[in-house]
Amino acid sequence: MANAPDLMAESAVLAEAPDPMRPRLFRIAKFTHNTHDTFTVALEDLETGAGIGFRPGQFNMVYLYGVGEIPISISGDPQDRSVVIHTTRAVGTVTKAMRSMRKGDTLGLRGPYGVPWPVDRARGRDVVIVAGGIGLAPLRPVLYHCLAHRNEMNKLVLLYGTRSPVDILYREELESWRARFDLDVYVSVDRGMEGWHGNVGFVSTLIAKAPFDAGNTTAYLCGPEVMMRVCATELIKRGVPDHELFVSMERNMKCGIGFCGHCQLGPVFICKDGPVFPYPRMRNLLSPWEL
Amino acid sequence: MDDLTRILKGLPFFEGFADEHLALLVGCARNERATAGSFLFREGQDATTFYLIREGSVSLNIHAPGQGPLIVQTVSENEPLGWSWLFPPYTWHFDARVEQDARMVVFDGLCLRTKCDKDPVFGYELIKRFSRIMTQRIEALSFQLMDVYGERS
Amino acid sequence: MVTIQRNDLQTLFDALERRGYRIISPTVRDEAIILDTVHSADDLPKGRGEEQSAARYRLNRREDDALFGYAVGPHAWKQFLYPPVQTLLQARREGTSRSSGEPGFALLNPEGADEEPAMAFVGVRPCDLAAIRRLDAVFLQGPFQEPGYARRRSRALVVVAQCTAPSGTCFCASMNTGPSAPDGFDIALTEVLSTGPTVYLAESGSERGAEILRDVTCRPSTSEEISAAARAIESAAGRMGRHVDLDGLSETLRRSIEHVRWQQTAQRCLSCANCTMVCPTCFCSTVEDTTDLTATIAERRRRWDSCFTLDYSYIHGGSVRPSGMSRYRQWIMHKMSTWVDQYGTYGCTGCGRCITWCPVGIDITQEVAAVQHPSIESVTPPRENVHG
Repeated sequence: MANAPDLMAESAVLAEAPDPMRPRLFRIAKFTHNTHDTFTVALEDLETGAGIGFRPGQFNMVYLYGVGEIPISISGDPQDRSVVIHTTRAVGTVTKAMRSMRKGDTLGLRGPYGVPWPVDRARGRDVVIVAGGIGLAPLRPVLYHCLAHRNEMNKLVLLYGTRSPVDILYREELESWRARFDLDVYVSVDRGMEGWHGNVGFVSTLIAKAPFDAGNTTAYLCGPEVMMRVCATELIKRGVPDHELFVSMERNMKCGIGFCGHCQLGPVFICKDGPVFPYPRMRNLLSPWEL
Repeated sequence: MDDLTRILKGLPFFEGFADEHLALLVGCARNERATAGSFLFREGQDATTFYLIREGSVSLNIHAPGQGPLIVQTVSENEPLGWSWLFPPYTWHFDARVEQDARMVVFDGLCLRTKCDKDPVFGYELIKRFSRIMTQRIEALSFQLMDVYGERS
Repeated sequence: MVTIQRNDLQTLFDALERRGYRIISPTVRDEAIILDTVHSADDLPKGRGEEQSAARYRLNRREDDALFGYAVGPHAWKQFLYPPVQTLLQARREGTSRSSGEPGFALLNPEGADEEPAMAFVGVRPCDLAAIRRLDAVFLQGPFQEPGYARRRSRALVVVAQCTAPSGTCFCASMNTGPSAPDGFDIALTEVLSTGPTVYLAESGSERGAEILRDVTCRPSTSEEISAAARAIESAAGRMGRHVDLDGLSETLRRSIEHVRWQQTAQRCLSCANCTMVCPTCFCSTVEDTTDLTATIAERRRRWDSCFTLDYSYIHGGSVRPSGMSRYRQWIMHKMSTWVDQYGTYGCTGCGRCITWCPVGIDITQEVAAVQHPSIESVTPPRENVHG
């Protein structure tokens, strides 16, 4: 009997709460082209001039005036709250319009949303980060976090695969990481070309080559679904326990907060139950066709 | 134990190989070095050898006029290179170019085939390892050909 | 429990209007019972009944003067709590960035939504009350609350009409959502036709409901009336046109993702999205962005969406569910299996609308039964829908 009145009291308060569908306005403080189809924006809140706090793996809903709104993972340093960094690929209406934006332009932001990478789990363990294509962007905050807490973990390995040498994201940063003694960086491309002397082959082939203690490893994977499935299988084959694998998922999202329904994958909402999931929770949802 | 035996024992590819089989291998093997930019073999040449890369890397290429070389795969530390020596007509299908200065063990194909024929247990052990590598390469190659990072049309 | 005479029911409507409520109830329009604003008890579908079966809906005349002598029509209450089109945002272009020519913009303040009168839903069937509570879980009990829904819902008054007239496509009894609602309402009415002139037994479920009932002309119910009401509800439970076996249902479906039945059903499914539009718990939405001709004002609108559209699951390059099979499966799985994982209840309340309004008569109860009990053969669609 009591449900109705309780609900009334509760939602009378809720009705006062700010609208979670209403963005805050941000200005582009810096615009960088990364590769031919990827770019990075650094954003400042119009009111505060600052960025936002977030945890590695979270995303924002980014709104372009009159064009639309899409989820984009945050790819900056979680310790740096001066700007919000987003790297994305120009593939859809919104991202293509975004690519023509410049420093000083305004866009809307809601977030941060979603379940982050469980970075604290890596304490005292080897960390293997497996990224494919633009999937490096949501994992870069993990790298920043790990480098800032480097003494808390053992080996730190980045395995990165992408289509071709010109598609390599954050190239200069990768080169500076590769030069460090406390981080092993392996890059492989699907299509080599003249002048490329690095690895050619699917990113999964790097797993057998990289030095890490599989039984004591936590791995974070992000990239196309096929790539994550194949790499998860390889990591398990090498001896990484399946519950130490984490994947970040992508689905259509219209709201980012569990209202629109679009991002459902079986029982989960990618937006609020993810986008980061323990691999055992995803495994059975990744195998049926068109789920 | 001579140097070559020790080297082969340390290669993951030969893990679990019986000593008498290792001895058969050593009889067909030699150490070699190759400089970046040089070719180990070219498409269409007789495939008389296989390689185990100990250091450096080698790329497998197909060259097309006007398109330059297409790198199909790279092979590096502890990985075997080449299986055309196993089957007639013993001909290479790719160009193998050294990408980074390489050290490797080179095996004589005819020598190995003869020993395999004489000692099928040895042959089976060797073929098992090659089959595994071939399967892995084919799997990886299919995903590579899927072009999973590209814009789907 | 109090009894309101048929002729005194107007005093309930008067009490609601005096308090400023916009009264919404079932009413007849275009030979269907829909939900709309009414002012009087006379606006209810007096003496009207209905005939519902797969892909079939017809109103008919009853031999009595019942006001609640039908189950549910094509409308559900979600259209009032979560309207089909909602403006999320308006923005105005302000200046132009010197470097790229892209506009700067400012967000406009939302229009005063508090001006809307509170709604009183009169004649809510228990299945539909259950549906509203399903929507509460989606919009109020997640990590975020939907403020528009919260505002409309918290102000809405719910007058349930316990169900004594189930239709041929009803199965609330199997879904445990009806035919009577034990709680969750402000006022509950039970229409009693068997004790003489038609009367309404009323009970309050909230302080708000009790306060309103005090203004309604009524008398204490007799024990005869109370038992007649109970009998009418019990009889309704036995007259459900459809049945679902809930035993292990969500689990069985979870294990049947690759069942061939989905492909067979998809051959009949038109992907028309009717089922999702009439479903009282379907809550999915999309967003559309528009600007005026000069791009001075931009607007974001939320619009009901359906998992049967290709766009629904689009990620760059393609749809995750390109086939009709996967889209039909998504819908039925959500209603009957994954909703349980998400919210702890079934997403289906047994109202039967999706069966009635499916143009090819796909019957959710038959679909789940075919997966649960493989011996049941695929059922031929109803005759009236077999063309050519």
